[in-house]
Formats: sequence, C-alpha cells, structure tokens
Amino acid sequence: MKENEEFIIAPPGKLSLNLVELWQYRELFYFFTWRDVKVKYKQTVLGVFWAILQPLFLMIIFTFFFGRALNVDTNGIPYPLFVFSGLLLWNLFSTGITNAGNSMVANANIIKKIYFPRLIIPITSVLSAVIDFCFAAGVFVGLLIWYSPVVDVTLAILYWPMGIILACVASFGPGCWLAALNIKYRDFRYAIPFLVQTLLFLTPVIYPVTILSKQWMQFLLALNPMYAAIEIFRAPLTGGLNNPTLVVISIGSGVILFLIGIFYFKKTEMYFADLV
Amino acid sequence: MKPILEIKSLSKRFKIQHQESYLSLRDKITGLLMPSRPSEDFWAIKDISFNVEAGESVGIIGRNGAGKSTLLKILSKITPPTSGQIICRGRVASLLEVGTGFHPELTGRENIFLNGSILGMKRHEIRKHFDAIIEFAGTEKFLDTPLKHYSSGMQLRLAFSVAAFLEPEVLVIDEVLAVGDAEFQKKCLGKMEEVSKSGRTVLFVSHNMAAVNSLCSSAVLIDKGSMVMKERTQDVITAYESIVSNTAGNHTGIIFLEPKNGVVKRVEIFCDDRLSSTAYMGCKLEIKIHFSNDAPLEFPVLGLIFKDSQNSPLLAINNKHYVGNLIKQPLRDGSISMTIPHLPFFEGNYFVDVHMGNAFKDLQVIRECFQLTVEPMKFSSIGEWPDKQYNKIFVKDVAWSVNDGGHD
Repeated sequence: MKENEEFIIAPPGKLSLNLVELWQYRELFYFFTWRDVKVKYKQTVLGVFWAILQPLFLMIIFTFFFGRALNVDTNGIPYPLFVFSGLLLWNLFSTGITNAGNSMVANANIIKKIYFPRLIIPITSVLSAVIDFCFAAGVFVGLLIWYSPVVDVTLAILYWPMGIILACVASFGPGCWLAALNIKYRDFRYAIPFLVQTLLFLTPVIYPVTILSKQWMQFLLALNPMYAAIEIFRAPLTGGLNNPTLVVISIGSGVILFLIGIFYFKKTEMYFADLV
Repeated sequence: MKPILEIKSLSKRFKIQHQESYLSLRDKITGLLMPSRPSEDFWAIKDISFNVEAGESVGIIGRNGAGKSTLLKILSKITPPTSGQIICRGRVASLLEVGTGFHPELTGRENIFLNGSILGMKRHEIRKHFDAIIEFAGTEKFLDTPLKHYSSGMQLRLAFSVAAFLEPEVLVIDEVLAVGDAEFQKKCLGKMEEVSKSGRTVLFVSHNMAAVNSLCSSAVLIDKGSMVMKERTQDVITAYESIVSNTAGNHTGIIFLEPKNGVVKRVEIFCDDRLSSTAYMGCKLEIKIHFSNDAPLEFPVLGLIFKDSQNSPLLAINNKHYVGNLIKQPLRDGSISMTIPHLPFFEGNYFVDVHMGNAFKDLQVIRECFQLTVEPMKFSSIGEWPDKQYNKIFVKDVAWSVNDGGHD
C-alpha cells in the first residue's frame, strides 16, 4: 500500500480551490457536459437547431422593432449583425448563469449520494452553454458572409476569444454564487429568470451604449460584466473600442463577481448535502 | 502495517429547527429582527472511534436513526464531521445508492458510462469492464434503449452491475441489497463476498443480519449516535437483537405511542381475545390501532409488516390490498383492526412495523412498533417437536391420513 495516498477527513478548515483534485476528476467535466447537452435535446425533433433558432428569431424581432422602426444608430454596421453579435454572447451568458444557478439543486440527488469536487457542476453548466454557443456561432459566420462588413482581422483574432471568455467569466462567478444561495434559499429559483430578463435591458445587446446621453448612466451600465464582453466582441466590427475606460470598469466588475462567487461557493459547499 | 481507516472520536452535530420548512430569505430577514426560532443541537453521531484493517470487512449495524448513514456520509466526504477525523490510507469509493446520476432519458450504454464516472471510474476502466457489466446485469438487448423504458428491476440490475466493478481499496456500501428480487440479491451478495475475499476492505451497512453475518468478519454496533462495540459479527448481532427487543419488549399487549402528536395513539394486541403481546402458534391474533387525526380519514389504511429477528420481512398486509375501504363516512378518530384467525408464524420473536395511512398516503410509519413473541404449542401427544431450524411458518389444522394398500 502506498503511504502517500493517505488523506484526512476532518471538520472544514481553510479554503482551497484544490485544482489538483479538479484535475483528477477531469473526466467528470466531460461526462456532465455531455449529459447536459444530450439530455437537453433528447426527444426533440429539431435538436440542436434550437440553439440556433432562438437567437435567430430574436434577431429578426429586434431588427424589425429597433432597426427599422426606431432606427437605432449602430456605428455603421447593419443592425441585424449588430444585434446578433450581442445576442450570441448574451445567450451564452443567460443560459450559462441560469443553468449554473439551478445546477446544484437540479443535481441534488447526486450531491447527497456521492463526493466529487462540487465546482464541477456549475462549470459544466457553463460549458454546455458554450456548446450551444458554438452552434449559434455558425449563424454569425453566415451573417458575416452575407453582409460582408469590414472586419479588423487582427482585432478579431484577439477580441473574439476574449469576449467569449469574458462572457463565461461573467456567467460563471454569479452562477456559482446563485447556485450556492439557491441551495439554502429557494427564492433564487424564481429570482434568476427575473434577474436575467432585467439584465438584458441593462446590457448594450440591442442598443449601443452611445444611446445613453448622460456620462453617469454609461458608467452605471459598465458595472455590468457583460458590457465588456459584448463591447469587445463587437469591436472588430466597429473598428475598435468606443470607450476603453468603461470596458476596463466592466472587466474589473466581472473579475470581482467571479471571485466573490467562487469564494461563497467554496465556503458553503461542505454543507450542500446537509441543506439541499 | 497501519490500519487502512482510522476513525478518531468522530462527531457530527445538526441543528434542528423546530419549525420544519424551507428556509426562505424572508424568514432570514425577519429572523434578524425577531429572536431566532428555538433550535436544538442534535448529535447524529458522537465520539465514534474505531480502526479498520486493510482487507477487513466490517458490518455497521444499529437501529433506524442510530447514525449509521451519517457515519457513511462522513466517510464518503459528502458531509463534514463537526469534530474528530478519519485518516484514510487508500482510495475510498462509496455506494450509498445504486444508480447515482442515472438519467431516464439516456440509454443503458450512456448511463453505464455516466454512472461509472460519477462513481469514480476512469473511462478506460469502464470500457474494460463494459461487457462484463452488461453480462452481469443481463440487459444486453436494451443497451440502446432509454432508461425510462426499463423496468425498475432492470434499472436496479444495471445500476448494481456498474457498481460491482468498482475497484477501490475501500468500498463503503449502504443497504443497497434491500432491493431487487431474491435471485438478484443472491447474485449481489455473491459479488460482494468475492470483493471482500479479494482482499479489499468493505464497510457494509445493513438491516439484513443474515447478509452482515455472511459477509463481515466483524461488526460495529451503533446506538443513538454512540458506538456500543466492535467485535466479532455474531456477538454484535446478538447485542443488537437485545437492544431491539429491550425497546420493543412490552408484554402487556398495549402500547401507547410517543410522541403524542402522531396519528396512531395506541396499539393493542389480542391473542385469543386477551390483551397480550405474547401469542402462540396458531392463535387468533388481533391488532387494533386507535387513531385520531385533525383531518378526517376517508379511507383509513392499516399496514402491518411482520419481520423476524433477523429483520427479514415475512408478511406485509394492509386492508387496502385485501379488502379496500372499510368505511362510508370519513372518521376523525376511531380504531382499525386486523385479525388473523390462525397465526402462521413459528415460535420466535417477531417485530412489527405499523403503517397508518389515508388512501395512498402514509400518515405515520412506526418501525419496530412492537415485538411479538410467539410461543410454541404442543404438537402431538408423543412430545416430540418439529425442528426450529427447518420451520419459519406454521400451518394449523393439517390433515393427515394413512390408507392401507388396498389388499383385502
């Protein structure tokens, strides 16, 4: 018997992310993500097309109302492309945060019966949102070809992945937080859809931030971590960032929420099985 | 060599709030202003210490609520202890449930992989054992059928089969054998014996004393959260039986239930119309439950489960299955009784679970509500009695006859 395998089960001590352990359980990331994606589209006729249809229809509706009727100024890019680039990331965020927020309660029966690093569950919830994102991104590519706007390729190589990562960070941190809170207070089950719906209008998805005339309103909006994700994702189309200060504020806010979320989750995870 | 598991003065405390409900944010906020609800400390387990040597199979026994499951949950890292610690010197896999993570929409094949990896198997390990798993489960034909179309027995077989191929140094198992048909149970027991013989360490919680006895060399007895003993299995089982019969032992034939807020108020046992919890083989046994409930019962259901001293159920009967509803007008309080004209049990001690319900809902379940002692009866004038070893049940009024060979 190898002595180095010795480990101790004791009352909760200091917090540690324990990345080594996460790595040991890496196969579970794959299996949970795979399960979520597979189960989501079981017994549906259209299957993964749903991942494409949702943003596509929203784009059409928003284009009709905002693009045509209100004639929103979008820095010269066609409105459908503008709104779809926003919706694409927004969907990643909203699916990610909703899935992650409900993930612990949804997997309560597993949590109560077996141990594995609990963080795997919210992480895989976001990962399965990324898979949906990949399908929808196909439509984005189609739109790019159709409208063939001027794309700054160097910016695109740098900014597109960055926008995606920021959206994941923005959904994962608060998602973890909500997941942990949801275990204790089921109120959050009802609060999450409301939160996501409200945030859609507080994020420059369907309108550019320049629509807000007052400086302080723009600052307030930048506290939203999705602001940076969407601005950065759109920058290659609009030829650069409108207001780098706001983007930095937004990234900062995202990072802080990310840390708080993980901290709260790690702090409470030991008792999930007792509470759920 | 150091023991593979060292459990050192392990304790776990729960706070029980006296108003059982979902904790909502509103409660928390109003709680800040008002004095908090009375909460009570409850030690699910307290100061438990024992060692498990590598290769040992240890049974963990105790009554319901003794703290066995809490101990297993701490061992499986599902919940942390309040104080004390466990030193583990090997990979621990726990099986608190078969089929953890099974998803009804996924196929049998997919669920094998999902469940296997949740249990801690690597993908290549699952692939290696895949054929053996499906062969053991006997569900080859349905491999690509969604699990929701499986019968519950098939799901169970599949679930156990995945778990059977776990290869940890320490295997922790909770009552997974309490399910499935007899044949499959036997197969599972056989597999577990194989596991424990192969030198792996097994911790096994069960109410099935026969299974504990055949699987485990030693056993730990836990009662009310504390450890009573860790000895040879047979001795521990004897101690367990005496604990159980001390609590259930009551010879007056009338049992008042605590707490008083339950639906069942009182249980009366009549043997040949006399109040007594001592019956004899073949007697007329009547069990009468006095109940009262705030909401009137439209369809009072009395269920009784008779179990032998090894806790194996022998007879489970209820009026819902036998005769249906017995009343026309709903009753707020009253009594319901069951009479067996000839008690079909052989001499020995039996434990009876009482289920009291309304239509399809159990209102109160009292496990091991009382002990029924069945005394032997005189069989024949010769004075020789049938062997207890070969008899579990008793048939009254057996007709015998001898005829001559027909030669005039």
